[in-house]
Amino acid sequence: MTGPEPTLTARARQAAESVVDPELPMLTLADLGVLRSVELDDDRAVVTITPTYTGCPALVTMKADLRLALAAAGFPDAEIRTTLSPAWTTDWITEEGRRALHEHGIAPPSPVGARTVTLQLLDRPPDPACPRCGSTDTRVVSRFGASACTSQHACSSCAEPFDKVKEL
Amino acid sequence: MTDHENAYSGLVEADSDARWAFGTGFDDPLAGIDASVPPGIDGGRLAAYCLVLGDDSLVMAQRLIQWCTRAPELEEEVALANVALDLLGQTRLLYARAAAADPSSVPALPDGSPVPAEDRLAFFRDPAEFRCVHLVELPDTDFATAIVRLFAFAAWRLALLEALEGSVDPVLAAVAAKAVKEVHYHRDYAARWLVTLAGGTDESRRRTLDAIASTWPYLDELGRADDVSSALLPSGGSADPRAVWSSTRAVLDQVLAAAGVPEPKGAPAGNGDSAGAGPGGRDGRHTEWLEPLLAEMQELARAHPAGRW
Ligand SMILES: [Zn+2]
Repeated sequence: MTGPEPTLTARARQAAESVVDPELPMLTLADLGVLRSVELDDDRAVVTITPTYTGCPALVTMKADLRLALAAAGFPDAEIRTTLSPAWTTDWITEEGRRALHEHGIAPPSPVGARTVTLQLLDRPPDPACPRCGSTDTRVVSRFGASACTSQHACSSCAEPFDKVKEL
Repeated sequence: MTDHENAYSGLVEADSDARWAFGTGFDDPLAGIDASVPPGIDGGRLAAYCLVLGDDSLVMAQRLIQWCTRAPELEEEVALANVALDLLGQTRLLYARAAAADPSSVPALPDGSPVPAEDRLAFFRDPAEFRCVHLVELPDTDFATAIVRLFAFAAWRLALLEALEGSVDPVLAAVAAKAVKEVHYHRDYAARWLVTLAGGTDESRRRTLDAIASTWPYLDELGRADDVSSALLPSGGSADPRAVWSSTRAVLDQVLAAAGVPEPKGAPAGNGDSAGAGPGGRDGRHTEWLEPLLAEMQELARAHPAGRW
């Protein structure tokens, strides 16, 4: 089988990569790390994404937005597949994505790496630096926030609250 | 009125991209995933097991969202709702897995009903068809009860999911691997609150001790071997409840010690000995609290068996 011309694949990829996350719109799906692959099946675009959290209601919107972006790029009947494995990790958020989060006042997640499931009762993770003033004198308000992937924090130096994308 | 003048024009189902709110237009959460049952696994047994796991998380989620507008602080309301949302997401995947592994496990509805399999399983089964453990059915009488119950549930659920990462069913293993990360946060949240409440005021400590005393008897069921798990165990599809319980027990002990709480009287032996124990949730026998919970949750869907949401 001879593959489709690379420019066509590149066009589909570019269209898919331009779609932004509905809840964190400063991030593209590529920067968020949920876009797993963009391929062509003959001239039909096949995009595979992975959910962040199992209950994340934004997944439906992501799929719809991908279909619209691909249709606009000349792929009218794109197929959007879901994959669960390997599970999404915040380590897949790109450097560009981390920069965009920070610029918008959201603290990016720390590296997760080889995670151990120990009870974090006494050894709490270090508090994130304030994305506004850079102070490390911050505290956790809640480990759960307005969206499934964020936690709430407050800065003791500039007194501003801020969100953080929590490690997963 | 032209479309751009109507703020609601994008909200109606004009095409397949309806998006008037998050939470509508759901499709099969396993779409595009190879859902074939691996060789050596019985589809019916796998489906029954996934239903058991999904029933636990669905009923727990339903209890938790009852805290919306009632939690002591907005942050805790958001936290409990987030935990519920994670558990609901896990339920959707587990129900979809059950439906794919054994389509006959899904309740039949009138021809042409658009209600998807996961919703049929959630809304169109009677209490006796549910297989959740009694722990998830209990009403939360105060915040301490909610925290104690969530802690025990999350500690157990996490141990169970960790074991299921090794299931020979690749779909169940993948769902478990995702869910482990989420429930890790649930357990930490509840454990920290438990320690905080136990070390807080006299009143918060009293309520915490009361909550532990009233919740602990229900943990006995968690460590018991049950027919559904046992049927799938030899083929490597399920986790052994007794092994899961011993991992759970270590975490419970650790947190109770950190909270300065003595071992509750009548703490479950957790030796898998079900002799003398009455039928439990895994047998379809439930507490008095499940039926009203399901009635409230199912009422709207049942009134519209051909409804599209
Ligand atoms: Zn600051």
